[in-house]
Formats: sequence, structure tokens, C-alpha cells
Amino acid sequence: MAPVTIWLGLFFLVPLLLILIFSFGRSGVYGGITLGFNPGNYLKVFDPLYLEIVGRTFVIALTNTLLCLALGYPLAYFIVFKGHRWRNALILLVMVPFWTSLLVRAYSWVVILNGNGIANRTLQFLGITDEPVTLIFTPQAVTMGMVYSYLPFMVLPLYAALEKLDVSLKEAAQDLGASRWHTFWRVTFPLSMPGVIAGSILVFIPSAGEFVIPNLLGGSRTVLMGNLIQQQFLQARDWAFGSALSVMLAVLLLGAIMFYIRRIGTDKLEGV
Amino acid sequence: MGTQKRISRSAFLKVVGAGVVASSTLSTLSGCTVSTTAKSGDGGGAGNENALNFYNWSDYVNPKTTIPNFEKEYGVEVTQDFYSDNEALLAKLQAGGTGYDVIVPSDYMVSVMRKSDIVQKLDRSRIPNFDNVSADFKGLPFDPNNDYSMPYQWGTTGILYNKKELGEISSWDVLWDTEYKGEIAMMSDVRETMGAALKLLGYSLNSTDPEQLEEAKQLLLEQKPLLRGYFASFEVRPLVQNGDVLLGHVYSGDGFLAIAENKDLDYAIPEEGATRWVDNMAIPVGAEHVDNAYKFINYILGAKAGASLTNYTFYGSPNEAAEPMIKKEILDDPRIYPPPEVFERLEVIEDIGEATRKYERIFTEVKSA
Repeated sequence: MAPVTIWLGLFFLVPLLLILIFSFGRSGVYGGITLGFNPGNYLKVFDPLYLEIVGRTFVIALTNTLLCLALGYPLAYFIVFKGHRWRNALILLVMVPFWTSLLVRAYSWVVILNGNGIANRTLQFLGITDEPVTLIFTPQAVTMGMVYSYLPFMVLPLYAALEKLDVSLKEAAQDLGASRWHTFWRVTFPLSMPGVIAGSILVFIPSAGEFVIPNLLGGSRTVLMGNLIQQQFLQARDWAFGSALSVMLAVLLLGAIMFYIRRIGTDKLEGV
Repeated sequence: MGTQKRISRSAFLKVVGAGVVASSTLSTLSGCTVSTTAKSGDGGGAGNENALNFYNWSDYVNPKTTIPNFEKEYGVEVTQDFYSDNEALLAKLQAGGTGYDVIVPSDYMVSVMRKSDIVQKLDRSRIPNFDNVSADFKGLPFDPNNDYSMPYQWGTTGILYNKKELGEISSWDVLWDTEYKGEIAMMSDVRETMGAALKLLGYSLNSTDPEQLEEAKQLLLEQKPLLRGYFASFEVRPLVQNGDVLLGHVYSGDGFLAIAENKDLDYAIPEEGATRWVDNMAIPVGAEHVDNAYKFINYILGAKAGASLTNYTFYGSPNEAAEPMIKKEILDDPRIYPPPEVFERLEVIEDIGEATRKYERIFTEVKSA
């Protein structure tokens, strides 16, 4: 227990505490910070410009979570119940993208989607279009890139939850006359709820802090909270405001997740 | 089923755990030091007297000569590291403990670093080759007496465009031409992009006048629907080169690299004036191999090393003594060595202190629109 506490303390709590302390400091003109008590950094967040960015970030993170769930659930279900002897190989394939850096994977989409890219050449080869179509630097490219990057975070916990499911319960439901549809909604889905919750949280949190994909695949045409925080630490050299934004993001995420779990019910969390 | 809606302790801990993971991802962005002064660290090569840790922009030395010749001549082993923008360089040095001996900040960043005690005062007597530097590059506003920095290379920021499609161009306003909707790429650099708008309006690109900045903001808002996006200069280059866009806002060096690959392209310094940027060598406070740093700076300011740099990078050399050895086609190229009347209209980006945040907010507003 003790080493774990020290580890958590050093690598999670201390940095978090520093951000909290910084968020009340005053930024020097050239970066750096003077400690003090300046709640003004938090008041700045209520600038309509920044509130809009917060709202946009949450909409994008939520959309991404729902899309990942809609695509990830059938995939996990298929691997567990129809994968048979390929099950381990298939789940390994889900994990393969983790072996390369996110940056490399995001850049590979630039190569696929650009004017001379594989996607456009294929479309032209098949005669679907004559001219290259604009696929990259669009909001759709950003959505696709985010779903692609975060899908494994959804599939893995769903897989774990479905794999543990006692198949005899499904059989019992069907023996008692439930249709397959009924069996799924009344038995399988509720029992996989811990996986749904864990997957949603694992996707939602990093999506809300995402800034690389909107830049690379969206051509920086929009600003999310992740971009805004990064800009404060680098270009604007306003560490205090950047820290206040970080704290706000963490608090908002915590609030959103607590709300989510309250709605779903905590008993579902057992076994997450 | 879920009658109990109170959050149990274990559930709460899981939630907190998840939140902690999220915030710690963010915290990696911040670098956690209060100090703004770079401290000496134990970076590569420390303890070895014959070492030099050189932190430079990528692709900014002649790979065949610059470093190998220095190592041979002085018996010093050089370790190179690279960065892609001034802000990243500053953040890294502010965090301290980098162990770098020579860095290459641009103009306005020299003044930021000077004011935050990140770079040390130079002993001019140890850099006799300073005499080789052209008068145009001595005593620039960011370091009026060259007490902290020595010029490395210089260039401009302008427009890379498809000459075959667009014909000859000469003004910034082509980046606002509705005819090229969806075919334009701007730089994601606040100072450069604001600078282009300010120049088109006829103002200084170092303006801090709120009304002028407001006008520039309106201009950028007007431009946004025409853009493919905002990119780093090195990302604009392949977009124009491969025909994804017709024109883009780039550093001159990226322009020439693209022209070398695609003969339909050209680079223009707009007639309203543009950025003249100058990158400079400096020694961070706490550098461990100060002797070697002086030797290196003096070596780069030598005629031969300076010429061989420019012959590779296609950026201008501030080194007058190097000119006889620079390829004629580079010296004669008005896009690299502009004629005096164009040179006069170029402006160096200066540090604008507090107004930096005003610029940043405007750019956020534009990108967010």
C-alpha cells in the first residue's frame, strides 16, 4: 500500500496541487509565475469567447463518446460471441494501433485524406469522382480521426465486461421465451453496463483534452480547450490562466462523470 | 435495480481516479517549475570538456560541413537537439536543467530571453569574427549592442504560390481574394499572421494600437472562410507543392525548398512589406561548455562556415565576409537578397511585452469564429 501511495502522491497529487497553486498566481510578462491569491484567473474563464470554447469542447467529446460506443459495442460483441478461436487474435488487432505513437497515426490520416492521397486516388480510380474532393481539414475529418484514435479505449472494457458474462443467463432467457432482441436489452446489455461506463469515461476524458487531432486533421480551424490551454502555456506565456483553465476542465469533467454515474446507478460500477 | 443513488466511496474513488488521470495529462503540458531562470543541468556530454550541446531549428545546418568541420578543427564533440518554434524553446529553457550551450532564438525571442535572464552576456573579445557581420545585422532593436546574441541566418516571410495558375503576384491582398476560396493556407503563428494583416493595412507589424489591432482582427475574420486552415510553415510547403492549395503563407526557406521540387511555383515578398526575421546564436545562463560555445559562435561567423550554411539552406547570410563564397545564383536572387528598396520595407518582429496576450486573444477569437 505504501509504495502505491507514494507513487500516486508524487506523480498525480503533487503536479495537480502545483497547477492549483499556479492557478491563483500572477503570470510574468515573459512566463513564469508569482505566487499569490488572484481569483481573477478564474473570472477570465467566464469571457463569452472562452465559454463558447468550453461548450464546443464538451459537445465534441460527447459526440465522440457516443460514436465510439455505437461502433465499439457491436465490435466487442462480435469478437466475444462470434470470434470463436479468432477471439484473441481479433482483440490483439484492436490493440495494435497502440504500438505506434498517436502523432504518427494522426499524420497517416493526413497522407490518406489529402488531395493526392490514397482515398482520393481510389475514388477517382473507381470513377466515383473526376476531381479530387476535399476530405481533409474539415470537421468530418476531425470527427473521424477522433473516433479512430479512441475506439480501442471503448472496445477493451466492453470486451472485458462481455467476456465475463455468464452465457447460461442468455440461454435461460431464451428458454423462458425471450426473443433475441429482448434477451439483448434485458439481459446482455444491463450486464455489460460496467464496460459501457468504463469505456465512456475512458473515451470522454481524453477527448475533452484533445488538441492534436483538431490541429492536424482540422487545419487548426477551430479552438478546443486543449488548444486554449496549450496556447496559454506557450504563445501567450500566461501560466496562471492556463492553470486556471486546467483546473476548470478537471472540475467540469469530474462533475460530468459524477452526474453520469448518479444517473446510471452506482451498483453498475461493481466490477469495473 | 439502482434504487441507491448515493455515490459509494469506492465509486467516488474511481471517479476521482479518472479525473486525476485527465488532469495529469494536462499537467504534462505545463512543465512544473516556478523559476524563470534556466539552471545548469546534467544534459548530454556534461563532465566532458570537449563537448558542446547545440539546440537548433531542424534542417538548419549544412549536414556535410557545418558540424563535421567544427568537430575536426576544434576537437569538440557536438550533440544536436532540435525545436520547431521559439515558444517551445523558451518553455524548455524556463523549465531549467537543459544543459544546452548554444541556442538559436529569433529576434523578438532574444529580447524575451534577455529580459528574463535566460541568456548570458557575451564577451565580445572572444568573438573576433563579429567584424564579419554586415552593418545591416548589427545592433538590431532586440539586442541594440549585440551584448547577448550573434546573427546566424536571416530570411523573410511571404507568399508561396502557383505561378502557372495565378500569374505574377505582388501583394498580401491575394490571400484575401475570394476567387481562391478553399485554396489558401495561412501560418498558425500569431505574430506572422497578425503581421500579414497589419502590413496589408499599412501598419507596423509590431503595432500595439488597439484600433489597428481591431482592424487587423476584422480582416482576419473576413479571410477565415477562404482558408483551408492554419498551419506551420513546414506544413504549408507540401500543401502548395502537391497542389492541395494554390497559395500559402511561408518562411522564405520553405518557399525555396518547394520551388526546387515544383517549377510551377514561386515565392513573393509582398510590396506592402513583410517580416524580416533574424535567428541568432546565444549562450544560455548555466551553460557548461562556455569556452566551446564561444569557439562555435566564432566559427559560424567565419567566412567559410557562413557561406556553406547559406549555400545549403537558401537563407540569407548576415555574414558579409562570406559573400564571395556564396553561390552567385543565391546572391543575385532578389527573393533571397532583396534590392535595397524592398529591404527597407521589411520589418523585424519585436517583443511587444503585455500586448502579446492581446494578440493571442485576437487570434483565438479568429480561429474560434
